Amino acid sequence: MSDWKSICALEDIPRLGSRVVEAAAGPIALFRTADDRVFALDDRCPHKGGPLSQGIVAGDRVTCPLHGWLIGLEDGSAVAPDVGCVKRHEARVEAGRVLLRIS
Amino acid sequence: MRKQRLVVVGNGMAGIRTVEELLALAPDLYDITVFGAEPHGNYNRILLSPVLAGEMALPDIMLNDLDWYRQQGITLHAGRSVSCIDRVARKVRSSDGTEAEYDRLLLATGSTPFILPIPGSDLPGVIAYRDIADTEAMIAAAATYKHAVVIGAGLLGLEAANGLKRRGMEVTVVQFADWIMERQLDKPAADLLQISLEARGLRFLLGKSSEALLAKDGRVAAVRLKDGMEIAADLVVMAAGIRPNTQLAEAAKLHCGKGKMSGIVVSDTMQTFDPKIYAVGECVNHRGTVYGLVAPLFEQAKVCANHLANFGIGRYGGSSVSTKLKVTGIDVFSAGEFMGGKNAEEIVLHDRVGGVYKKLVVDGDRLAGAVLIGDTADGAWYFRLIKDQTPIGEMRDRLMFGEGSLGDSGHAHGKNAAAMADSAEVCGCNGVCKGTIVKAIREHGLFTIDAVRKHTKASSSCGSCTGLVEQILASTVGGAYKPASSADKPVCACTDYPHATLRQTIREQKLLSIDAVMRFLEWRTPNGCASCRPALNYYLISTWPNEAQDDPQSRFINERAHANIQKDGSFSVVPRMWGGLTTPDELRRIADVAEKYQVPTLKVTGGQRIDLLGIKKADLPGVWKDLGMPSGHAYGKSIRTVKTCVGSEHCRFGTQRSMDMGVSLEKMLFGMWSPHKVKLAVSGCPRNCAESGIKDVGIIGIDSGWEIHVAGNGGIKTEVAQFLCKVGSEDEVREYSGAFLQLYREEGFYLERTVHYVARVGLDHVKQRVVEDGNGRRALYQRLLYALQDAADPWVERVAGVAKREYEVLPA
Ligand code: SRM
Ligand SMILES: Cc1cc2nc3c(=O)[nH]c(=O)nc-3n(C[C@H](O)[C@H](O)[C@H](O)COP(=O)(O)OP(=O)(O)OC[C@H]3O[C@@H](n4cnc5c(N)ncnc54)[C@H](O)[C@@H]3O)c2cc1C
Ligand code: SF4
Ligand code: FES
Repeated sequence: MSDWKSICALEDIPRLGSRVVEAAAGPIALFRTADDRVFALDDRCPHKGGPLSQGIVAGDRVTCPLHGWLIGLEDGSAVAPDVGCVKRHEARVEAGRVLLRIS
Repeated sequence: MRKQRLVVVGNGMAGIRTVEELLALAPDLYDITVFGAEPHGNYNRILLSPVLAGEMALPDIMLNDLDWYRQQGITLHAGRSVSCIDRVARKVRSSDGTEAEYDRLLLATGSTPFILPIPGSDLPGVIAYRDIADTEAMIAAAATYKHAVVIGAGLLGLEAANGLKRRGMEVTVVQFADWIMERQLDKPAADLLQISLEARGLRFLLGKSSEALLAKDGRVAAVRLKDGMEIAADLVVMAAGIRPNTQLAEAAKLHCGKGKMSGIVVSDTMQTFDPKIYAVGECVNHRGTVYGLVAPLFEQAKVCANHLANFGIGRYGGSSVSTKLKVTGIDVFSAGEFMGGKNAEEIVLHDRVGGVYKKLVVDGDRLAGAVLIGDTADGAWYFRLIKDQTPIGEMRDRLMFGEGSLGDSGHAHGKNAAAMADSAEVCGCNGVCKGTIVKAIREHGLFTIDAVRKHTKASSSCGSCTGLVEQILASTVGGAYKPASSADKPVCACTDYPHATLRQTIREQKLLSIDAVMRFLEWRTPNGCASCRPALNYYLISTWPNEAQDDPQSRFINERAHANIQKDGSFSVVPRMWGGLTTPDELRRIADVAEKYQVPTLKVTGGQRIDLLGIKKADLPGVWKDLGMPSGHAYGKSIRTVKTCVGSEHCRFGTQRSMDMGVSLEKMLFGMWSPHKVKLAVSGCPRNCAESGIKDVGIIGIDSGWEIHVAGNGGIKTEVAQFLCKVGSEDEVREYSGAFLQLYREEGFYLERTVHYVARVGLDHVKQRVVEDGNGRRALYQRLLYALQDAADPWVERVAGVAKREYEVLPA
């Protein structure tokens, strides 16, 4: 596991929105909830690889833009009845900066 | 001659219904005395669920208040429980010593809830769900405590759980069987239902049995399951079944069934083995069956009253029953043999994403059972087919598609309800017949199912007759009726309110942001979901143009990024070509952009313009800048294209300048957001080369002017546009088309295309507002122009840096 890296300011991610981080192993989606928590998932929907970063965020879930699967931000798993899971990475906010540790 | 004396034990739904039927047949035959253990008049027990859920109040559910008994000359002993019957002296005595003699006695003691015989079941905080006292206890508990466990996931258990959740408790439903409502639903149906209940926050533990209830500080605190798991519980609701209340009858040595076959045994005339004593309701065992729903009990009441009135006609032959779950916003219907037997065949429709499941069980030439989840509109019809054992041979292949699929689109509905006799019972729960409903509709000028419910009580209890009541409404008021299906359905699981309420509330309360709407209408989820947020955003910006906040995070990615997402996550770009016209210069720029950004595919679209497909999101602003053409909005719930034919500008048959007209309409509508996408076409003559006949607004040039057609659709189900009117000038084309589109923008539900909107409100309504009412039309047109007055080109804005970070990727 690599080190924590400072990626951007919290304000750079819109509330209920996301940003894409270009990592070596492929894009990672960084999400921000209404209550300013941040989460990071691989930007690939477990269904057919849709870019989760482009979905609508509500509560602690994102709706994939391609076929509407709901993915939990905390654990990366699809909400029933769909089954699947996307890799997650650790993310946190410190002094207004978003830190990411790529798994 | 002295009047005969009738004593009724049990002041509930079956007993009092019998008395009402009797009074209608023979008002002066008896002196009537009623004993009721509960300290109330007679109330509609079914509606305890809406009371618990906070949708109704106790006074709303009274069927017969104390005044009624007085007016009918009935002696009511409310709050007095009968403790013994002396069959020799023909009198009853209550626990407080009140006595009453009878010539005939009616037992209607209902049922008692089954309390699991496990340790702790007598603790404070453990209750059943049967009467007003239980309901009040639950409401009180919800105000102070947090954790509730409901044991049993039948109808009653789920309604209790839903109510407690609505009142803010954390609710877990525990049940022994492997799926919920196992006596009414098969597993696929139950799973679908479970998903929608979980979406409302209920938690389920299935296939589990409870072992003990644990106490803390003298009150229940937890439920322990056989597998050792413990669940916190400040309130435990036992909804594990009911047993006929036969205690009194057994003590009087009246013949009662035993074990599974319990209940006071009655004949087809509702007489017990003592000919002076009758019995009706849930306490009764008729031909080996005990009923737990009101519709059959009311049939019993009718027969019983007839015999009490000495008419001696009518036999009760048993009933088929149907059930419906009363959880607002979730439609569940079940009737008959829904599991299917050895020789039965099944017809199944299962749309998991749409949340619809329908199973019909066919046995030979008859419908034997039905389970419906998500869409129960045809429940009443299926139930009638089951009850009447109607041969289905002729319609078998269309059975699944409902009554509307027989005959020409929906008219069969109207005819059917119209053909029913006025005396035919429509609502079994409240005993309302067709004549009563029709009369109320006519006298009070009712137009909605809600209003009919309020005035007649029909369809206000279990709701299984809703479809039928709608049909009666439709056949009585004709085109003025707005069906409940789309209009009454909640927008999504985050709220109970339908689209119409959102829009109306936003207008009346002048709400200007999504947060404000969610707060005002008490949304269940903190920030809605991908279904309700885009809808709310549209209602806000269309109701309060230039004032409400447009929230990009509540728009689908296409509308947020102003391009169309592709299956590989890249985007497509469709620049606007007004009316399908272009220039060498534009074409050259498109070619240059395609080369510079290595656009993999260039395609002419079905909307008369060019699509650049497969562009990386980060390149979009650059592409737009180099193109220097306005957005074609090919991605939005918005104005898309105005297709044109060459028209009289060039064509030898052309009667009008269709290209000019098309360009002018497209410029007028630039930047228009709408409930769904909107497409127009203008053809220069009736040969109609621009396909105006399948557009949301289709204009056709004729010698004397223009024809305007509306609500066509060339998509999933092709629908030919309907003729709206004929006008003379180009100005009028803009005014009439604009007014129609504004009406659609103000009245259409989100994701409802014009064809569906017009089908819902009726073309007559549209004609009245757009053609007949001149001032209204001009006002609509002005409102459209006002909303669009400063419509900016989103691509130009983004090239200038608006929402820049939407397109930027962050380095790791
Ligand atoms: C590009 C285009 C196909 C083409 O190459 O010609 C197209 C492409 C799509 N259409 Fe279409 N439609 C295109 C013309 C049409 C037409 C023909 C027309 O406009 O004359 C129709 C039938 C006419 C109509 O709408 O009444 C059409 C009926 C649909 C429908 C069904 C709509 C309905 O109400 O039944 C959908 C689904 C929807 O909107 O929900 C749809 C949805 C789509 C989407 C947006 C699917 C999506 O959400 O991603 C497609 C995007 C493809 C992509 O990857 O970019 N498309 N689509 C056409 C763009 C026209 C334009 O210039 O803007
Ligand atoms: C929460 C809830 C929701 C329901 N939902 C539906 C539904 O959606 N659809 C449906 O069809 N059915 C529903 N039911 C069932 C329906 O309410 C019953 O089938 C119906 O009320 C039974 O009528 P009854 O007259 O036999 O018994 P009750 O209505 O229970 O009346 C019996 C009365 O007799 C009294 N009594 C008993 N013993 C004595 C005695 N010794 N002396 C004096 N009085 C006595 C009791 O206190 C009671 O008031 C629901 C029931 C509940 C509890
Ligand atoms: S018909 Fe339309 S939606 Fe279907 S594949 Fe073609 S472009 Fe896509
Ligand atoms: S790719 Fe995400 S839902 Fe299909």
